[in-house]
Amino acid sequence: MAEICVKDLHKNYRVHVKPAGLGASVKSLFNRKYKDVRAVDGISFDIEPGEMVGFLGPNGAGKTTTLKMLSGLIFPTSGSVSVMGFVPWERKNEYRRQFALLMGQKNQLWWDLPASESFRLHKEIYNIEDKSFRTVLGDLTELLDVKSLLDQPVRELSLGERMKMELIAALLHSPRVLFLDEPTIGLDVVAQTNIRNCLKQYNQERQVTIILTSHYMRDIEALCDRVLVIDHGHLVHDGSLQDITARFSTHKLLLLRFQNGQMPERPEEFGEVVELTPPRLTLRIPREQVPSCVSHILDSYDVDDISIEDPSIEDVISALFNQTAKRTRDEGVVAETVDG
Amino acid sequence: MGKYFVVFRVALAERLVYRADFFLSTFLRFIPIVTTILLWRAIYDGANQTEIGGLQYKQMVSYYLLIMIVRAFGSMPKLASGIALAIREGELRKYILQPIDYLTYLLSLRFAHKLVYFVMSAIPYTIIFWMCSDYLPGWPSPTMFCMSILTLSMTFYIGFAINSLIGLLGFWFLEVASFIHAFMTLQYFLSGHMFPLSLLPKSIEKIVTWLPFAYETYYPTLILLQKVNVEEAMRIVAIQFVWGSIVAGLCLFTWKRGLHQYSAFGG
Repeated sequence: MAEICVKDLHKNYRVHVKPAGLGASVKSLFNRKYKDVRAVDGISFDIEPGEMVGFLGPNGAGKTTTLKMLSGLIFPTSGSVSVMGFVPWERKNEYRRQFALLMGQKNQLWWDLPASESFRLHKEIYNIEDKSFRTVLGDLTELLDVKSLLDQPVRELSLGERMKMELIAALLHSPRVLFLDEPTIGLDVVAQTNIRNCLKQYNQERQVTIILTSHYMRDIEALCDRVLVIDHGHLVHDGSLQDITARFSTHKLLLLRFQNGQMPERPEEFGEVVELTPPRLTLRIPREQVPSCVSHILDSYDVDDISIEDPSIEDVISALFNQTAKRTRDEGVVAETVDG
Repeated sequence: MGKYFVVFRVALAERLVYRADFFLSTFLRFIPIVTTILLWRAIYDGANQTEIGGLQYKQMVSYYLLIMIVRAFGSMPKLASGIALAIREGELRKYILQPIDYLTYLLSLRFAHKLVYFVMSAIPYTIIFWMCSDYLPGWPSPTMFCMSILTLSMTFYIGFAINSLIGLLGFWFLEVASFIHAFMTLQYFLSGHMFPLSLLPKSIEKIVTWLPFAYETYYPTLILLQKVNVEEAMRIVAIQFVWGSIVAGLCLFTWKRGLHQYSAFGG
């Protein structure tokens, strides 16, 4: 049976509409206007035990709202969710002992105390046995290289160090299911890599099911074999990250540097001009036209350097988002979203 | 229960981070009393009466001194605003996600805060009460001493429940600071903190002394002042318990309703 099973999940928010201005504010005191916002609009998917799945989507796509429903923070408007056989929003203690939600922008450690105190508190809250507590804590502090910082007040730690401590707090009770919302947000590259490696190793060793949202495509690339793309509350892609590239990168990028500043006079004849800073030119060319285009340019001009690249995964994803946004508009579907 | 004991222990450690703050603030709390006492000196002199509102001058002074003790049990700094903030800023999430009961958790924290406060302020209190020993009633009988302990525990109970209830209004109102302010002002007046409730006109006194605020501060102070006998003290403690339980019940109800509302609309 799937570890996480989501069927036709909907979440509408009723938000208070208040136009700007003092007059409007006074008016809205007496006549409140509301509108329904569909944050999540009919999402279904299954996740097997031990899978590590990435949630992708622009801001306000419904990622966080979905994670909140999966962790039981909010009720859905309709649809069903089963996580490890539990209905999350019933908030049974057996369920709460077996999962963790880590939000990159929220902290759960005690600010004025060393992290070790917060960990001890977690041990009691989650009924963690002494032995397991010591092993897990030992493993994680080593993996993240924070052993020496355990007894320092959390407020004195850097953002990256604090995030590592937050991650440890989330993993202490050995959750079977882990929801991570932007776990690497605001971290430098070294700390990001650290946390990424830790998650990878943890997932492999313990077969923990992980759902991860991130704006850093590298997180997703490094960790997730499967990606769910959510946009405007809809699931628009469920498959591997490579599939997205294959599906949407119909073009290639041609990067050129010309000798002696001899540039083509009308570069747009060859393809879409992405960047033009003499002597460099970057063109976006449909895949099938790449060979003919390259030979033409090489015949006609003195070229210093040439390379052909796939568009970055970020570009592919943003193209995907634009496409769905356009389709949604074309179909005239009202699907405004909020990220609550 | 084990986890709440650890909450208590961790909170103790956290409180001790701010120990210097305690000494200073405890001493500072007594400054307004000095002006109040001087004011009452003038009132007694001007009125040419030995007794006002059933209290002699010395008793009036000791009323204000002892009310500090009662307030130390009943006041819950930052409890209401803390709950409202947790709801607003999303910190409440972690208590919904973790297998822990939020209100019990807050209660454990408060025990720790109070314990640290009492230990830290023992010295300043001893010095001030020793200096004012002429004004204070003598040591109570063992029975009245027990009643004093009981009534102070009940004060803590009522104080905790009322403040939590105000804080939980944060589920419905984004900003409860003005509520809290209005409530504090009202409480200052209705609880007998401003002046003994026996000074009020009889008809008003009857209403005010019936409210939970009076049982939070005024009556317990009378017990400490030994102005009531053992039977009356027992009756007061019993009513305190009833009031505390009513407000605590309201609190649980509000918590459940609020959480439902939060889960449906916010998060």
